[in-house]
Amino acid sequence: MNHELLERLAEHLSEVTGFIYPNEVEIHWSILVVVYPYITGLVAGAFILASLVQVFNVKEVQPTYRLALLTALAFLIIAPLPLLLHLGHPFRSYEIFLTPQLKSAMAMFGFVYLWYLMAVLLLELWFEFRKDLVVWSRAAAFPLNWLYRVLSFFSTDISEKAVAFDHKAIKIITLIGIPSAFLLHGYVGFIFGSVKANPWWSSVLMPLVFLMSAIVSGIALVVFLYMVVTPLSGKSVSMACLDKITSYLFYAVIVDFTLEVLDFIHRLYQSEESIKILSRLVTDKLFISLWIIQVLLGMLLPLGILIVVKSLRINEELRRLFYFTAAILIQLGIFATRWNVVIGGQLFSKSFRGLTTYKMEVVGIEGLITSLVLLITPFIILAVLLKLLPAGENENVAAAASS
Amino acid sequence: MIDRRKFLKKAIWFIPAAGLFRHFVKEGHAKPATEGYDPANHLYGMGIDIDKCIGCGRCVEACKTENNVPKEPFFTRTWVERYTIRKDNSVEVENIDSRKGRVGEKSTDADVLRSFFVPKLCNQCDHPPCVQVCPVGATFSTDDGVVLVDSKRCIGCRYCIQACPYGARYLHPETRTADKCTFCYHRIVKGLLPACVEVCPTQARIFGDLKSMASRLVRFKRTKRIHVLKAHLNTEPKVYYGNLDGEVR
Repeated sequence: MNHELLERLAEHLSEVTGFIYPNEVEIHWSILVVVYPYITGLVAGAFILASLVQVFNVKEVQPTYRLALLTALAFLIIAPLPLLLHLGHPFRSYEIFLTPQLKSAMAMFGFVYLWYLMAVLLLELWFEFRKDLVVWSRAAAFPLNWLYRVLSFFSTDISEKAVAFDHKAIKIITLIGIPSAFLLHGYVGFIFGSVKANPWWSSVLMPLVFLMSAIVSGIALVVFLYMVVTPLSGKSVSMACLDKITSYLFYAVIVDFTLEVLDFIHRLYQSEESIKILSRLVTDKLFISLWIIQVLLGMLLPLGILIVVKSLRINEELRRLFYFTAAILIQLGIFATRWNVVIGGQLFSKSFRGLTTYKMEVVGIEGLITSLVLLITPFIILAVLLKLLPAGENENVAAAASS
Repeated sequence: MIDRRKFLKKAIWFIPAAGLFRHFVKEGHAKPATEGYDPANHLYGMGIDIDKCIGCGRCVEACKTENNVPKEPFFTRTWVERYTIRKDNSVEVENIDSRKGRVGEKSTDADVLRSFFVPKLCNQCDHPPCVQVCPVGATFSTDDGVVLVDSKRCIGCRYCIQACPYGARYLHPETRTADKCTFCYHRIVKGLLPACVEVCPTQARIFGDLKSMASRLVRFKRTKRIHVLKAHLNTEPKVYYGNLDGEVR
């Protein structure tokens, strides 16, 4: 018997207020299940931003296109890990592919994930980088030239016709990609929204709220990365790009906020059986993470900042600082959103008569350190990807091609 | 000589084929629970006679012993709740297990309106949300109406625990798989009673076959005012409560 678990549960039990069912003392979906929708949200959001550039041909945002795609890939590679580590039997996870139970929302995870990774993201990246890979494979020294050759699947054709085909392919993949990205994250929302036993989760708005918050967090992440990566590679940040991309961010936050307020008012007005316990939940257990972090710091403050920046004439330096601050606050807010959904939904009893507590482990497999590692790893992967596939070096490629 | 394209095209069929093969291999291993027992001829349910339960907790103890449920209070297949409703309409609910060791406590209050015990267990729903959400089909409904977990197939994702409106499931700390009441399936297919029913000194738990008009359960359903828990969720429970109080959730 796991003594650590028992000690933790005994501690939970001492913090229970009111009555909860005995099996509810253990919080089953831990911090790892908070990290999972947070990461997938970043993937979907970053990809949707990249798609906007493609579909609507927004010139100003072009500098972030490749960065957004690579960010999506770096996070998508890590996305299944928190779920895998959370399973009681990670080595049986292949069962989801071999004998999926088709009525289960969760059974679709593997298929949605693989579709998105293989059919959308990797394919789009390959067509986007194919010409550059061919050029780099000719210019680079051993062993990099071989790596590029393998990555380009030994294609060599960089004639105008071939490149035109690449562009056409990218357009088509993007058109399939946008609904796929919607599917990826809307589906994660459905996993929660369809649990009728849990009034905090059970809402038809859940997939939409997840989707909009995903777009918000993805755009904010790309803003953050663009402002960090560009100066590191010795270039200057394009203000036109930042202004445009933060306007998208602004509108996305407005829509997200509206949906969440709608959900809140709807619950309050309908005032169902669960309203009393949910009121206690949001005013007691979730007070800091919901009102202070999610709403005040993560939504109202960045909205205020963006309104100030858009309505006043502020110099570039200060504008950059404001954008950067808003992007970080929004990240914090969206993480809190995931926390409030996943953990919040387990802090009240389904008997609606009591509340329990979640005490996060620090070193355990479902603990703080694992979560931090999972959140940091995508940045390391992204750094490697950016080293191998320089995101904004179209000019260099052109130069190398002509030499 | 087969070319690469043709080879890949052919090889791709192995992916679903391997899945199907596995499926049939698994089905092939399934054996009938007991010789001569046909699940299709039965449909099990349980009646709970609230007026008879004295809150002794022997059912909980018997269940834990019979089914290798951890003794700790955080894991259980069945439990008994004690309701105290006062004249000011306030309701106090306790798990009687948490009252262990509290001796000599007297109810002094004249302000108690009514008080009663409610045994709880898996409701063996006809329309079970836990079965719907299981991603690998490890949780399933049997033909005789019991919801079971195949602990060899369960991946421990705990979606079923979240989906159960009754808090009837837990993650077994040793097997790391979902666990719940099975109506003592290993006993009932042999014609025995579930352990909790067997030990109940007041016959507050009534087990029976809904397909047999002569069963005690069918008689119980005929003679009592019957309620099921959280009927609005449309889970269609097969645990029927006689004289259930409206405060019970």
